[in-house]
Amino acid sequence: MPAAVAGSSRRSGRRRPREEAGLKRANFGDSPGLPTLLLLPQLLILLFFFFIPSLRALMQSVLLSDPFGTNVQFVWFDNFKTLLASGDYRQSIAVTFWFTVAQNVLTLGSALVLAFATDRIVRGRSAYRTIILLPYAIAPAIAGILWAFLFNPAVGPLAQVLHGLGIAWDPNLNPTDALILVTLAASWKHICYDYIFLVVGLLAVPVSLMEAAAVDGAGPIRRFVSIALPMLGPTIFFLTVMNFIYGFFETFAIIDAVTKGGPAGATNILVYKVFVDGFVNLDLGSSAAQSVLLMSFALICTLLQFRYFDRKVNYGV
Amino acid sequence: MVERSPVLNMLCHAILIAGALTVCIPLYFAFVAGSLTVAEVQKVPLPWLPGGQFFDNLQLAWSKGNFSRTFTNSIIVALGITAGKIAVSLLSAFAITYFRFRYRMLAFWLIFMSLMLPIEVRIVPTFEAVANAALPLQWLLDTLRVADLWRWISGHEVAIALEWNMVNTYPGLILPLIASATATFLFRQFFLTIPEELCEAARLDGASPLHFFWSILLPLSVPNMVALAIILFLFGWNQYLWPLLFTTDKEMATAVIALKGLIPRSDSEPAWNIAMSGALLTMLPPVLVVLLLQRWFIKGLVDSSK
Repeated sequence: MPAAVAGSSRRSGRRRPREEAGLKRANFGDSPGLPTLLLLPQLLILLFFFFIPSLRALMQSVLLSDPFGTNVQFVWFDNFKTLLASGDYRQSIAVTFWFTVAQNVLTLGSALVLAFATDRIVRGRSAYRTIILLPYAIAPAIAGILWAFLFNPAVGPLAQVLHGLGIAWDPNLNPTDALILVTLAASWKHICYDYIFLVVGLLAVPVSLMEAAAVDGAGPIRRFVSIALPMLGPTIFFLTVMNFIYGFFETFAIIDAVTKGGPAGATNILVYKVFVDGFVNLDLGSSAAQSVLLMSFALICTLLQFRYFDRKVNYGV
Repeated sequence: MVERSPVLNMLCHAILIAGALTVCIPLYFAFVAGSLTVAEVQKVPLPWLPGGQFFDNLQLAWSKGNFSRTFTNSIIVALGITAGKIAVSLLSAFAITYFRFRYRMLAFWLIFMSLMLPIEVRIVPTFEAVANAALPLQWLLDTLRVADLWRWISGHEVAIALEWNMVNTYPGLILPLIASATATFLFRQFFLTIPEELCEAARLDGASPLHFFWSILLPLSVPNMVALAIILFLFGWNQYLWPLLFTTDKEMATAVIALKGLIPRSDSEPAWNIAMSGALLTMLPPVLVVLLLQRWFIKGLVDSSK
């Protein structure tokens, strides 16, 4: 898609139907009026809610202003320097890293096992699939609340099981417990996403290959590891990137509904810190600098995601 | 698949049952807790079987969460986002696949760039944009010194202060979430698979571009629209960050935000039974959508991330 960008359609003296990326051969010609009108709603919304705010974030990130916006000073990269030197921010990076990696491993691992099992069985496949897909419909905030109840140290049934085993479980006080709680909730909500892509991906693995391997004496697990898994490579890569995006950005609701970043910043992931610093502490410069760093991260993720499209085309998986 | 291996099949069923149980356990306990009284829900250990308070709790949660109002808000916002995204993306996809114009690639790249900027990362500036959507225009006027110019022309002192506050309004909840690169690309991909002959025939018959769009392209796109609409409805219903920021007025809150108010905090009565009833209520519409429209849902999910 992005690789196949044609040059701008310069108007030469004579109109000559030229192949152009993503343009129908039979098209409605050169008049710019109607297409502009058609694009206008999308572009206006993008302008107001994407481009101007992004530019503002870039500008604010090099400014220092007091909470009332009366005194604004241009400070170059001071906001970034302060940010990277601050222990809070480093803690937030570490928390986000562990949270996202743990969630990624748990989600992708479980989804792979479940997808393998679904691919093997014939009976009851759609019933299992329906149930496993359910969490996709449930808001991250609600997923968080459900797990917060299960693990609530006073009333939660799973917390009671843990207490029965002699584990002093309390996510309100213990940072590790809190991180485990939000990781479980985030993974529970997201396994279904990886699962459905893997199930669809497995359907595309040629039966003839599997049969040939079976004739050669490879067992079901061996076939899965040596044939299906490599063919799922691009899908797994794509899912890893998507899991990172999910962990970084979409888990905001879980954190806000369950732990509010606590205890002691143990679950204060980066996107939650942007919110707290911007809206609660009113430290606009720092919040904007954090936004800019997160944007760069999102940019890298999106570019990585596009490798998936290229490889997908090549292998036809 | 190829050979029979009953042991492995049993193991697979066991794995899937474990997966299904993991999905169901939180839901089951939400149901159990939602059917108990406050006193029962605090008992250790929590009963494993539901009590008799289910409908009373639902009623209480419904009134405590102001759900008759917040559910309406959620429906309006979710449908607004769904319809808006589909409309806006269909039009853009039509423009960039069926017209040859000078800024086609530029428009394509502008839309593409928005994909790289998840809205979560610029919370504060986007809030400013919603708090006063006229702000960019104001900057323009200020930069161009329009007020000075006017004073110079007419001799009158004027202060131009533009304001369009969208906080606590439906447009404020819906508009920032409507632009969609993925939906645009989905429709673009789909349009590229439509036979060229259809457009040629339409042009030979003298159909205008809009006529072609309305009577040929749109009907052909219905399956894609339905699949996408399901995903977008879930996305809209489950929104959290923006309703949280843009609704300072409780009457404008969405169901998910209202639910947050039902969670017991450490200093309040642990009314988890009401909170769980509220959670069940709030998740019901999207869960029903997924259960009823499953085939379309899977298609939408897989399509919309291509």
